[in-house]
Formats: sequence, C-alpha cells, structure tokens
Amino acid sequence: MAIATLSTEKPPIEAMEVVYKRPESLAEVQTHYCPGCTHGIIHRLVAEVIDELGVREKTIGVAPVGCAVFAYQYFNVDGCEAAHGRAPAMATGLKRVMPDRIIFTYQGDGDLASIGGNEIMHAAARGENITVIFVNNANYGMTGGQMAPTTLPGMVTTSSPYGRDVKTQGYPVHITEMLAIMPGVAYASRNSMHSVAEIRKTKKAIRKAFEAQIKGLGLGIVEILSSCPTNWRMDPFESLEFIRDHMVPVFPLGEYKVHDELKRRK
Amino acid sequence: MERSVVFAGFGGQGVLFAGQLLAHAAADAGLHVTWIPSYGPEMRGGTANCTVVVGDEPIGSPLVRHPDMVVAMNLPSTDKYEPLVKPGGVLIVNGSLVTRPIEREDIQVIVIPANEMAEKLGSQRMANVVMLGALQEAGDILVGMEDLEEALRNYLPARHAHLLEANIQALHAGAAFVRERALAPA
Amino acid sequence: MSKELWKGNEALAEAAIRAGAEAFFGYPITPQSELLEYMSRRMPELGRVFLQAESEIGAINMVYGAASAGVRVMTSSSSPGISLMQEGLSYIAGSEVPVVLVDIMRGGPGLGNIQPSQGDYNQMVKSAGHGDFHSIVLAPSTLQEAIDLIYDSFELAFRYRTIVVILGDGSLGQMMEPVEMPPFKEWPNERPDWALRGAKGRPPNLITSLYLGAEKLEALNLRLQEKLARIKAHEQRHATFMAEDAETLIVAFGTVGRIATSAVRQARAEGMKVGLFRPITLWPWPEEALDALLETGRIKNILVVEMNAGQMLEDVERIVARRVPVRFYGRMGGAIPLPDDILPILREMQGRPAGEMAATEPVLA
Repeated sequence: MAIATLSTEKPPIEAMEVVYKRPESLAEVQTHYCPGCTHGIIHRLVAEVIDELGVREKTIGVAPVGCAVFAYQYFNVDGCEAAHGRAPAMATGLKRVMPDRIIFTYQGDGDLASIGGNEIMHAAARGENITVIFVNNANYGMTGGQMAPTTLPGMVTTSSPYGRDVKTQGYPVHITEMLAIMPGVAYASRNSMHSVAEIRKTKKAIRKAFEAQIKGLGLGIVEILSSCPTNWRMDPFESLEFIRDHMVPVFPLGEYKVHDELKRRK
Repeated sequence: MERSVVFAGFGGQGVLFAGQLLAHAAADAGLHVTWIPSYGPEMRGGTANCTVVVGDEPIGSPLVRHPDMVVAMNLPSTDKYEPLVKPGGVLIVNGSLVTRPIEREDIQVIVIPANEMAEKLGSQRMANVVMLGALQEAGDILVGMEDLEEALRNYLPARHAHLLEANIQALHAGAAFVRERALAPA
Repeated sequence: MSKELWKGNEALAEAAIRAGAEAFFGYPITPQSELLEYMSRRMPELGRVFLQAESEIGAINMVYGAASAGVRVMTSSSSPGISLMQEGLSYIAGSEVPVVLVDIMRGGPGLGNIQPSQGDYNQMVKSAGHGDFHSIVLAPSTLQEAIDLIYDSFELAFRYRTIVVILGDGSLGQMMEPVEMPPFKEWPNERPDWALRGAKGRPPNLITSLYLGAEKLEALNLRLQEKLARIKAHEQRHATFMAEDAETLIVAFGTVGRIATSAVRQARAEGMKVGLFRPITLWPWPEEALDALLETGRIKNILVVEMNAGQMLEDVERIVARRVPVRFYGRMGGAIPLPDDILPILREMQGRPAGEMAATEPVLA
C-alpha cells in the first residue's frame, strides 16, 4: 500500500532563503544586558540602519558611561569609550577632523541628560553633524538603579526611596523637546520599545537621524524609552507595560523636529 | 650691557605701545630685548605698565625691581616709580598731568609737557611718542633715533598710518625738548 | 638670520601650526586667550580645524575624539581650566592617544588671579588626573625655547602615544621677545594603524581606557609603566648656566630659570661661585644630570627658587638625598622672585653678609 507521506526533511541549507540574520554592523558576541532589557534590540536597530545605509566601513561609534559602556564591543565598527557624559564632545572632535565619516553616540539618560547636559546642549547648538541615540530608562541602571533626571515623579529608586518628590528632587528633564527648538538640530524624535509597532517606528526614527547626518543637515537625536526590569523590580512584560502606561504619558512620543530635507520620503 | 625701562600710565595712554616701539627698534637693531606688560582684568582705564629690557647678551630677568629708566605718563605712575628708579637713572615725567615737584636728587629727571606738545602736532594721543623721544635723548637706551623712527614706520598700526609723519615729529620734538633744556641755564 | 618680535601666546600658536597642528579645541581663559584667538584666525586660513568649545571639559574631550582619529590635535588653557581638563587627560592617558597641551599658569588656588605662577607643577608633573600616568612636561624659559619645544612636541606625542605638556606661566604667555620662527613641517599622509578612521578592510579599532578585570587593567598599567620607563631613559633634558665650577647651585625652571641667570651673573660679578641648573623636562625630571653634578663634590649647597610654595623642591630634595643642604625661596599669588630677592640668599649661602634682604613687595608682571 502506497502511502503518501509528507516529507519532514529539511531542504539543504543553501537552498533556504535567509529571511533574518545578524546585521554585519553587529558584532558576533553576547551582550551583558539583563534579561528583558531593550538595549540589545536598540543595538540591533542601529546596526540594521548602518547596514542598510551602507556606511559600516566609515562609521565610528562613541560609547557612554552607563549600561551601554560596552556598546563598542557590540558594534562591528570602529569605536571608542567616552568619559561620562562627554560623548557629544568626543564625537565633535571625531567629526570635525573627519567630516566624511559617520559618527554616532549611544548614551543613557544619566550620561546624556545629567552629567552630559552641557555637552549635548552645545553639540546641538553648534549643529554638530552627528547622530545621538539616547536611551531613556528613567534611572541609573549600571550603578544600581539610582534616580536619574528622567525618573518619573513619585517613582521609587535606590536614591529616591520615598518616591521622587518634585518639590525637592525636581521634575523629569525633557531633552528631546529642548533640543528640538534649536536651529542646529535637524531631527529630534522620541520613540519607545514597548511594542513591536513602536520598535518599528523607532527604527525608522534612527534611520532618519543617520540620514540627517549623511545629508549634512545637523544633529539628529532619537530618544528611546527603554525598559529596566532589574532595577524597576518587574518582569519583562510588566516593564513594557510600565513604559506604555507610565513613561509615555510623561514623555510623549513622536517626532519633535524633522528637517524639510527628511520629509520627502513616502 | 643691559638697560631696563618701565613705561607706566593710564590705560589708553599708549604706554604698552611706546614700550613695543622700543622693543621693535631693539630687535630690528639685532639686540636682545624683552617686553613684558602688566595685565589685569580691566581692558580700558586703570593703570598699565610694561618693562622693556634691552641688552647685547641674552636677557635673563625680563622684570626688574629697580629700573634704569622710567617713563611716567601720569601721577599714580610717578608716585609708584619715583622711589624705584635706580640711583643715577632717568625719570621722564609727563608734566601735563603731574604738577607736583619730583623729590629724588640722585636721578636725572625730565618733566615734559607731553600732552600739550603732542596736541600741537595733531593729537594728544602721541604724548607717549613725545616721551619716548625724550627718553632716547636723556637716557642710554642702546637704540638710536633712526631705529625708533624705523620702528614707527614699520609698526604703527595701519589705522593710524595718516599720523605717521606727525608721530615722527613727536619723537623728535621730545628729544629736542631734552636737548634745549640741557642747554638752558639751570 | 632674521628675528621677529612675537608675543608669547601667539608665538606658541604659530609654532604649533608650523609643527603641524591639524586641529585646535579650546576655551578662553586669561592669561592664555591670545593663543586661542590666534588659532581662531589662523587655522581656518590654512584649512585646519578650530573650534571654541563650551568649556574646558568639552575642549579636552573634543581633543580626545580628534586624537583618537590619529590627528595632530592640541589645546591650551590656564590653571583653573587645566583642573577641569584633568578628567579628560586621565582618559587620554589610559587610551594612549597623542595630545599636545599648553598650560599658561596663573595664580591659585581657586579662582586665584591671572598673574604668573608655577602652581601647576604638581598637577602637571605628578599626575594630571586619576590613575598612574605621567605626561611629558616641557618647561621653556624663553620664547625661542617655547617655540623650539612645541615644534617637536607632536613627534614626542606620537612616538610615545602620550600627552605632551608645554608648561609656561602668564609672563611667558604675555611677554614679547625676538624669535626665529621655524619653517612649516611636512608630515606623511598616512594615519597610525590604531586610529579610528572607519573599519574598512580590517577589524574594528577601539580606543578605550576601560579594562574591567584586575588582570587586564594591571596589564595596561604595566605597559604604561614600561613606556614611562622608556621616556625616562631617553627624554631627560636640562640646561646649565655657569655651573661648571659652581659651589652654590640654583635650581629653577621656566621663567624663574631665566630670572635666575641674571642673579647668577650678578653673583659672579661679586665673585661668588654660583651656577644654575634648569630642568627643561619636568617629567621626566633630569635627575641623572643633577646627580652627576652632585657627584663631582663641588656643589656645597642648593637653592631652589619657584613661583609656588615648593612643589619642585620635593623632587630636588629626593634627588639630592641629603648630600648637600637645600634651601628654598618661593613667591606665590603672582609675585615673581627677582634677582634682587635671590642675591642676598646667595650671599648667605656663600658665607657672606647678605646685605639688603629680599623685598617683600611683590613685583607683578
């Protein structure tokens, strides 16, 4: 009796269509990020954009001090490690002596919005032709979850154990809105990692921030609301919900500044 | 052989420039020279001074406590530097602004109405050059009148180019004043 | 040979440009601002990079970035600004990128004043920031020497992948002196293989001072120490003046070093056997040369003169190691020790009546 069988054998590997692979701009190493942290996905988005724009061989990344301190190990591009908050200044030095290279900084909220506030403000004011990836997870992750300038009102951290009291500890800093009003800034957007749809939007924003640099339009910044399950004391799913339900209301998403030259797409 | 000169006065009286003229003249004559200014937070007004040391050997200290010569353009500078001039040295005083008598008797003192003399030649602002001319005549600054004249031609800022001839006259007028005073009976 | 009268800060800038400086990042501060101003005119004229940073912190980190690209880059500042730069200098030292830094010292501590000082000896010579490192520190005493030293500073910086400091004071920056400007230096086009230029056809390059793990960071430190030992062995420089038969030796650097030559001349005119030992490299300190002088047995005593409270004195005392008595004369806060102040001390040290003792009234440049 002949029985028709459905083959369960896999076709030979070379016959398979590759639909998903590691971007060339992402180094083949494991990251040190905590489970449920979205830094890894953001790295991948940046690497995909660098690949798609075909600029890997002329890109130089500037890593911060903070959770992304090892970012330079995860990107397969030339890289360096800046002092805490000084990445925009270091990037300025690199870009000014090599205007044809692509320079990006990858910074967290303590690094960029607190200790590096002066450096980012003035890089933006000068219209430095660099791309800034600004990951906002509302706390100092690397040092154990202390209060950051972006910590939400009432939020408990290891250095605001009674919840951030805006009367004595101030209000969250809205970097993207501040930079958007500066003429030197070509692109400023706030995005989030809390859903697949938002992650796709984040990648588009990152692409525009790099395109702004390639076109010589000025500084491009993408602020990305990111999860920190370990320090938030939540599981990864709760963390994403926390972004959606608590961070987004304080840090509204959207493009705050889009240079005309970046608008003609679609 | 080394000579030290302090030029002192109000900011805006051109004391730094007078010192630079001497420094340029010395440098272009192949001498060793240092010029060092006082500098302070005030950009205008206040007192200013500079020290010029000229010599035929490399200059050691560019500053001296007791200068060989002092050009004092106003009263505060006269008060400050009269006691400091080296015995046997020269003190050139701007008589237009300093009316008190000079007490030192162990130095050569020239009181010259520099502002009025400069005014007559076209601008009071050349009082510094009048006094430089007087200094050249009264003291041994190791550079000649022709060196100073050449320095004026080469280093007077372009915006004052129209005053070049007047400046050269001012330089000579200062020197002439000292010569005539020397000839006059005491 | 034609000499031109130049102002110190501007002469340093022009000499650095002729030495091949490709980029300058700086921040205004008296008494070095003329250097920055000169760069702002001249660098764009030559198609080179000039940028006034938002702060000294910004400036030194821009320098760090440009240096990471293998570019000949420099900055300049004065004492309080250098204090702000220390963070960046430590990173630069840890990352081993070549940088030239001019420090035109002023009085401290704190805001201090803008008068000349040598109060940065410790912060430049001992360690310009956290961690174990030294910069090569060059201390010119005349404008010509300042020009000559900065002219070769990029070679030194690149040879050792180190920071090279030109340590002057306010009077060096502000004074004028006839000097001979050297010609423009030619440099090859290629960049060092460690430079960040984009990972084209090679694995990515990395510039960092981060080494987690004791073994890795100790390995870096051992490498740095080995490099410092090489610098120490090859780069000690000094000058002497009438030291051959001297019994009393003045040790002074920079502006005080040149002032001391006047004191030596006057002392010699009085028949005293006085000479000068002037370190040109403050790190590495020219200990071998001073040691050799002491070994002759002729030196009876030493006078250290500084525009600080005795920061270099500690180094001299360490090298002298109690072989002869060491005296100190220092002025601070912008006061400059003059030959008239030094002479009475020399007379005492030579066993003569001192005469009129040092005036207490400071002479301000």
